[in-house]
Amino acid sequence: MDLVVLDSVSKIYKSGETEIRALSDVNLNISRGLFTALVGPSGSGKSTALNLIGCLDRPSEGTVLVAGEDVAKLDRKTSAAFRGKHLGFVFQDFNLLPVLTVAENVEYPLMMIRNMPKNSRTPAVSKVLEAVGMADQAQKYPSQLSGGQKQRVAIARALVGNPELVLADEPTANLDGETARKVVSIMKSMRDEFGTTFVFSTHDPRVMDQAEVLFHLEDGKLVPAEPAGGEVRND
Amino acid sequence: MIKITQLAIKNLLRYKRRSLLTGLLIAVGVVSVVVFVGLSDSFKRAVVGQITDSVFSHLQVHRKGYMASIDNLPLDRMMQPAAYRKLESILKETPGVQGFSPRIKFGAMLSDYAQTTNIRLNGIDPAKEDIAAPLLKTRIKSNETDRIPLKKGQMLLPEVLSIGMGLKTGDTVVLVANNKDGSVNGMTFEVAGIVESLMGPGGRDGYLHIEDAAALLRMEQMEISEAAIRVTDFDRIEEIEAALRNALEPIVNQQGKPAFEVHTWSQLSPFYNVVRMIDLMTLGIKVILIAVVLISVLNVMMMSVYERVREIGTLAAMGTSPGRIMGLFVAEGFSLGLASSIAGAALGLLVLLVLNMTGVDVAFGTRNQIFSISPRIAPWDVVSACVIVLLVSVLASLQPAAKAAKLEPVEALRHV
Repeated sequence: MDLVVLDSVSKIYKSGETEIRALSDVNLNISRGLFTALVGPSGSGKSTALNLIGCLDRPSEGTVLVAGEDVAKLDRKTSAAFRGKHLGFVFQDFNLLPVLTVAENVEYPLMMIRNMPKNSRTPAVSKVLEAVGMADQAQKYPSQLSGGQKQRVAIARALVGNPELVLADEPTANLDGETARKVVSIMKSMRDEFGTTFVFSTHDPRVMDQAEVLFHLEDGKLVPAEPAGGEVRND
Repeated sequence: MIKITQLAIKNLLRYKRRSLLTGLLIAVGVVSVVVFVGLSDSFKRAVVGQITDSVFSHLQVHRKGYMASIDNLPLDRMMQPAAYRKLESILKETPGVQGFSPRIKFGAMLSDYAQTTNIRLNGIDPAKEDIAAPLLKTRIKSNETDRIPLKKGQMLLPEVLSIGMGLKTGDTVVLVANNKDGSVNGMTFEVAGIVESLMGPGGRDGYLHIEDAAALLRMEQMEISEAAIRVTDFDRIEEIEAALRNALEPIVNQQGKPAFEVHTWSQLSPFYNVVRMIDLMTLGIKVILIAVVLISVLNVMMMSVYERVREIGTLAAMGTSPGRIMGLFVAEGFSLGLASSIAGAALGLLVLLVLNMTGVDVAFGTRNQIFSISPRIAPWDVVSACVIVLLVSVLASLQPAAKAAKLEPVEALRHV
């Protein structure tokens, strides 16, 4: 069974009398373990699709299934619990908590969301920081890190709870080319190490080269593209 | 809870200057409450102590109907000897009564052979009065300080008349009084001491021996205007009053109505209104403290939520429940209130300690009445000020915290 299924999904934003169709009748399936990219120009609907998959927003039409759950039917509380259990997020602006150290940022989901005891949290944090190469920076604060380092911490934070799916919205947009490639490379190696499914949005050709599956979006619609694997449906 | 509080403290320290200023404002409010309550409570106790211990005593019993015309010092509404004997035996058996003093109160004319004026007089038994009003002797300018310097044939002259008529200790005066039948009698007395004035009824009275009073009023058997009663524990006055009232209730007059009436000092002294005003001012300063805490914490928390919308979106996206997000912000308000109230209470207690060591002189009534009070505060008053701050801090945090918890993650993440 596919980890993510979007079935005839549309998302319409209303601004006064005007309706904006951010996504229009999108169908796509994402299999477990794949390194998947949603690509397209700005305003194509990539972030909207990620928000729907990430249970941060609800579709106007259609069904979004993540890990077999119809996420549109979840209320605020269960939706938060679902995200905490099944999903990890990497943001374009890193969104680390400035008052916490690197280790504390990574520890946050285990402590505040999963209520894990300290003796289980510490080894999990060390393991994932080691994996992203940030173990030696554990006691630094985000303000003391470079952009690439911050994003590696964000990846560690997304992975520490062993989620089934990590969603990354333009994770390399604020990084230079070399750092961007390194970050995507780390994400891919994390997929290999932890078996986590990665779905990220990008319009950077240097980054999308590393994806195993590409979904092209234009004006809120999925357009046919050469699949490197997985399945693209465009009814 | 501990981890939420830790995170809350870190977030408060993120905006050091703002948190410090707000905390300082709240702490100053707590200091004001602690110092004011400490000072006013001590002032109240000192003045109430002065009034009860030198004039009213704690409780008074009169014949029913006496209080209604007390300003006239009526001689026809006094306790008859038999009634007073009953009262005396009940008072001796009532638990909590330390002692009591019978008084004959009446109006008279005072003359030094050259001038004549009106005077209010109290006929007292010096030994019993010293138990009922132990501070009376401290108000008397005399060579004796350990007892009320009053013997038969002597009187204690109020200071205002002493100054007005140029009388001093050792002088001879004449007291002329009408008895209840209207006949006039006069007796000479030696001035044994001058009584300093005290604010309120009875504060400018003269004193003479109770047997002299009975003789001056030509009483065949001694009748009593009032019994002034001192209790062992000031805080149990109401309880002892109720017990006394119950014990006296069965004693009825010829009309079948209760023969006695019992009053506490607070019902007799106008200073009780000052006490109530002080209590009202204490309440007022607490209301100001509530307003200060409410406005400052609400302001800080609203700013905090507004500035951290994206961060709230991130927390929500990661799976932090709305309840926990709300808890985070309430914990920030609580922590701010806790730190500020502890600092304020400590500083307030320090100020009181310094004032206690130096003493505070407070003028009351006339210029001669300077009370040196040593401010102190009951632990509960300090705790209650801190509890008020904590409750209001939490209350002020609720609205901003609820706003944070209700933010839609997707919109919060888009916030610039």
